[in-house]
Amino acid sequence: MKGRIHSFQSLGTLDGPGVRFVAFLQGCPLRCGCCHNPDTWDGQGGTEYEAEDIVRRAERYRSYFGQTGGITLSGGEPFMQREFAAEIFRLCHEQKIHTCLDTSGCVDAEKCGQVLMHTDRVLLDIKYTEAALYEKHVGCKMQQVISFLQYLNRENIPVTLRQVIIPTLNDTEENVLRLLEIARQYPCVDKIELLPFRKICQTKYDMMGVAFPFGHLPEPDPGRMDELRQLLGRYGG
Amino acid sequence: MEHINWQGFVGGVWQNEINVRDFIQHNYAEYKGDESFLSGATERTNALMKKVQGLFTLERQFGGVLDIDTATVSSLKSYSPGYIDKENEIIVGLQTNRPLKRGVNPFGGMRMVRQACEAYGYKLSSKVEEEFTYRTTHNDGVFRAYTDEMRLARRSHVITGLPDAYGRGRIIGDYRRVALYGVDKLIAEKKKDKAKLAEAVFDTEQIRLDEELFQQITFLGYLKDMAAMYGFDISQPAKDAREAIQWTYFAYLGAIKEQNGAAMSLGRVSTFFDIYIQRDMERGILTEEGAQELMDDFVIKLRMARHLRTPEYNELFGGDPMWITEAVGGMGEDGRTLVTKNSFRMLHTLYTLGSSPEPNLTVLWSKELPEGFKKFCAKVSIDTDSIQYENDDLMRPLYGDDYAIACCVSAMKVGKQMQFFGARCNLAKLLLIAINGGFDTTTNIHIGPQMDAMQGDTLDYDEVMRRMNIYMAWLSHLYVNTMNVIHYMHDKYAYEKTQMALHDTDVGRFMAFGVAGLSVVTDSLSAIRFAKVHPVRNEEGYITDFVTEGNFPKFGNDDDRVDLMAKDLTHKMITELRKTPAYRNAIHTLSVLTITSNVMYGKNTGATPDGRKNGEPFAPGANPMHNREENGALASLNSVAKISYDDCRDGISNTFSITPAALGRDEMERKNNLVTILDGYFGQMAHHINVNVMNRETLMDAYENPEKYPNLTIRVSGYAVNFNKLSREQQREVISRTFHEAV
Repeated sequence: MKGRIHSFQSLGTLDGPGVRFVAFLQGCPLRCGCCHNPDTWDGQGGTEYEAEDIVRRAERYRSYFGQTGGITLSGGEPFMQREFAAEIFRLCHEQKIHTCLDTSGCVDAEKCGQVLMHTDRVLLDIKYTEAALYEKHVGCKMQQVISFLQYLNRENIPVTLRQVIIPTLNDTEENVLRLLEIARQYPCVDKIELLPFRKICQTKYDMMGVAFPFGHLPEPDPGRMDELRQLLGRYGG
Repeated sequence: MEHINWQGFVGGVWQNEINVRDFIQHNYAEYKGDESFLSGATERTNALMKKVQGLFTLERQFGGVLDIDTATVSSLKSYSPGYIDKENEIIVGLQTNRPLKRGVNPFGGMRMVRQACEAYGYKLSSKVEEEFTYRTTHNDGVFRAYTDEMRLARRSHVITGLPDAYGRGRIIGDYRRVALYGVDKLIAEKKKDKAKLAEAVFDTEQIRLDEELFQQITFLGYLKDMAAMYGFDISQPAKDAREAIQWTYFAYLGAIKEQNGAAMSLGRVSTFFDIYIQRDMERGILTEEGAQELMDDFVIKLRMARHLRTPEYNELFGGDPMWITEAVGGMGEDGRTLVTKNSFRMLHTLYTLGSSPEPNLTVLWSKELPEGFKKFCAKVSIDTDSIQYENDDLMRPLYGDDYAIACCVSAMKVGKQMQFFGARCNLAKLLLIAINGGFDTTTNIHIGPQMDAMQGDTLDYDEVMRRMNIYMAWLSHLYVNTMNVIHYMHDKYAYEKTQMALHDTDVGRFMAFGVAGLSVVTDSLSAIRFAKVHPVRNEEGYITDFVTEGNFPKFGNDDDRVDLMAKDLTHKMITELRKTPAYRNAIHTLSVLTITSNVMYGKNTGATPDGRKNGEPFAPGANPMHNREENGALASLNSVAKISYDDCRDGISNTFSITPAALGRDEMERKNNLVTILDGYFGQMAHHINVNVMNRETLMDAYENPEKYPNLTIRVSGYAVNFNKLSREQQREVISRTFHEAV
C-alpha cells in the first residue's frame, strides 16, 4: 500500500502524548484561513512511500517513545488517504506502537472505521465553536465535526480537542466555555489544547504565490493565551 | 590498618591497600528520591559569591585576564597563600597569591608563555627568561626530535592542536586518595613500590619508572608543604567532611599549580564526599544547609581556576576552559546506583551559585538511574544549559564503576589509567589532499605520497576511496610517530609528578587520537557516490572547488547509506592507527571531538564536495553539518549513534540544541520528554550528548548585547563555555548550528 507524504518529524512533542514520530500526509480538502501547512494541500504533492516503510521508520524511534510516545499521522488531512493511514496504523499495532491521528474531523466517520479501529487517540482540530465561522473560514459544516466526535465517543477513542486561537475570531472566554461544554458532552474528550495562531508560515504562502488569508490578523498575546488556558481546568492537563 | 579518623566507616580491603573504590562501595548510601531535600545558598555563600562575581566582571573588563605574575614560575610552593575573603572561606587555596591572578608555567614551552604575557600587555620577567635559558622545556625537546614530515603535517594543519608547546593534560589524579589516606600513607606506599623495583632488570623502562617514583614522592612532600602554608596538616586522613573536601581540593590545587595541561579534570568526587557528609550528619555536626555550603565553597574555588593561554590557543579551545570535569551519578557493578544526595548537591551549585561552564558537570547516564535523579538532571539542563551526559551503560562494562571523564569524553579508571592526549587530524583536508595527489591547496604544501591530481570531469567514487585509504594509512603512521615524540618528551621534561603520584604505580595508558570534519568528509563521499561531483581546477591543475549536481543522502537523517560511511571511516582510521605501536605500550583510542577548533579547522580547509565553501566551519565533534538534518532531532541522534564506541573509545561528541517550545508544552512535559530522549539515545549505545535548551534569538541578542548576558552558559563540544568568552567567529558558528524547532 502506497501513499504520499509531505515530510517527517522524528521529534514531535506537540502532536500527541510524549515523544512522537510524526508523518505529515499530503492532501487536504479544507482551506482554513489560519492553515500553517499550505504546502500539504495538494493531494498529488510530496513523495510516495510504502506503508511498511513508514512503520519501519517509526520503529527506528521506538527507544525514545518511553511509556507514552508513539506515531502521529498529521497533515494535511490524513483521512484523505484513509486506506494508507489504516494500513500504517494496523502495522503499528502489530508492532505495539501507540497511534495518534490529527484530523479536522470534517469527514464521514462511518467511512473511516478502518483507520479508527487502530487509532489510540484522536487529536481533533475543532476550528471554531460557531457554525457561522465554520461556514465562512473552513468550508465544512460544524455539524459534521460534531457527528465525528459522537462516533469517537461511541467507539470510546480518547480525544484531545485542539483549537487555534485567532485574535478577533475566537480569542474570547465565551468561545473557550463553549469548547468546555462540548468536552463535557463527550466523555471521550479528556484534554483540550489551545494553540496560538502563528504567522511564520507566511513564507510558505509566498513561495507558493498564494495569499495567506489570515495574514493580516495579529498573533495572540502570550498573556491572553495563559488567561484562556486558565479556564480549561482539568482539561488543561 | 586502623586510623582514628576512619571511625564509623565500614572496613574492607581499602584499609590495607590504596583502594578508594572499595571504600566507596562499603560506605556510600544510594539516594533514590528527588531534589526536595536540598537547601539554598547561605548568606555567607551569597556574600562570597558577590565578591567572586565582582572579580569576574573585572577580569572581563581587563580583556579576559585580570593579572599575571610574570616573575614566578608556577609550582606547588612558589606563591604565598591566596584568599578571596579569608575570614569567610570554608575551603581555602588559590593557584597564586591573589584571586584570578595567573601564573606562568614555562615547562611545556617558553614561547607560549612569552606570547601569552605579551598578548595581555605584560612582559615575562628576565629572571624567568634567564632561568629557562638553561633548561630544556617539553617544547624544546619535541622540536629537537620532530622529522621534516612531522613539521609539514603541522604546518599544513592536517594534524593540529598537538600538545607540543604546552602541558598535555587529560590526566586525572585520584585526588580523593589524599583525603582518605593522608599524604604520609601515600608516600609510604610509593616508597614500597620503589623498593620493589630493585628486584627487576633495570632496562630503560624500569629506570624511567624509578626516577618518576622519586619525583612523585618528592612532590607528595611538596603537597604537604603547600597545605601547611595554608595552616593544614594533610599528612593524616581527613577527619570530617570539611577536611575531606579540603584535602581533596589541595591535591587538585597542587596539580593545577604544577601543570597547565589543556584539560585538568577533577574525577569523581561527589559520592566520595557524600560518605563524609553522611557521617558528619549522623554525628550531629553537619546540617543539610552546611553540607550545601561546603560544596558551594568547593565549587567556587574550582570556578576560580585559570591558566595563562595565547590567543592562538583560544582559537582551538575557546572560552578559557580548564575542563574541571566531574563525573556525577552512574550505576555500581552490583546494581546499586552511585547517585547520592551529594550528586544532587553538586548539580544544585548551578542554582546556589548560578549557571557556569566550570566545573564541567558530566552526568553518567544509565537507564537504571533513579527517576528522581533523571528528572532533576533534565530540569538542570533545561534551566542552565550547563551539563553534559555520557553513557554509563556503555562505559561501565569497560571501565568498571569508578571511572571518570577527562576533558570532555575521555573515560579512564580513576587512579589506574591515564592518557596521552593527541588532539586531532583533519579528515576533510586529508580527502582534498588525496584528491590532489599529495598537495594541500590551502597552504601550498606537498605532503604525503605523491601522485597526480585526479583527472576527469566527474570524481569517481572508487578511485577517491582507493586514494583515501592510501592517505589514511600514511597519515596514521605519521600521526602515531608524532605522538610518540610528543609524549616521550613530555614525560622527560614536564612529567606530571603530583598527578602521577595519585595513580597506581603500574598504570594503564591510552594514546588518544582524534578526527575532525567527520560529517564533512562523510557527506562529501556521499556526494561523490550518489550525485555527480565535477571538480573545478586552478591554473596548476589542482582541484580547488567542486560543482555538485543532483541530490545525495546526508549524515544526520538516519539514512544507513551515508551513516554507515561515517562509521566505516572511523573504523578504518583506528585500524590504521593501531598498526604503529604507541609509546609506553599505550592502547590506541580515537575520538570524534573538536572542542571549538571546528571553526579553525574549517578556516584551514578548502571547499569540499558536500557543498561546504572554502573556509567555512565544520560541524563540531560528530555532529551532522548544520541544517542538513531534514527529519528532525531524533533522526540526527540516530545517525550519530551508529558510530561505534568500539572504534572510538576516546569518545563521540554530539552537541544538541533544541528550543524549549520543541521540547514540550510545559515544564513538566519538557522534563519528561528530555528524560525519554536521553533514555532513547543512550539505549542505542550512543556515547555522549551536550544538551542546550534555548532559542537562537537569545544567542543573537547576546552576540549584539553581551552586557545583558554576563553569565550565559552554553554547551559547545564536550564542555560548556560562557558565551561571551568565545571569539566573535566562534559565536557566529554557534549561532549558525541547527536548533531543533517546533513545526
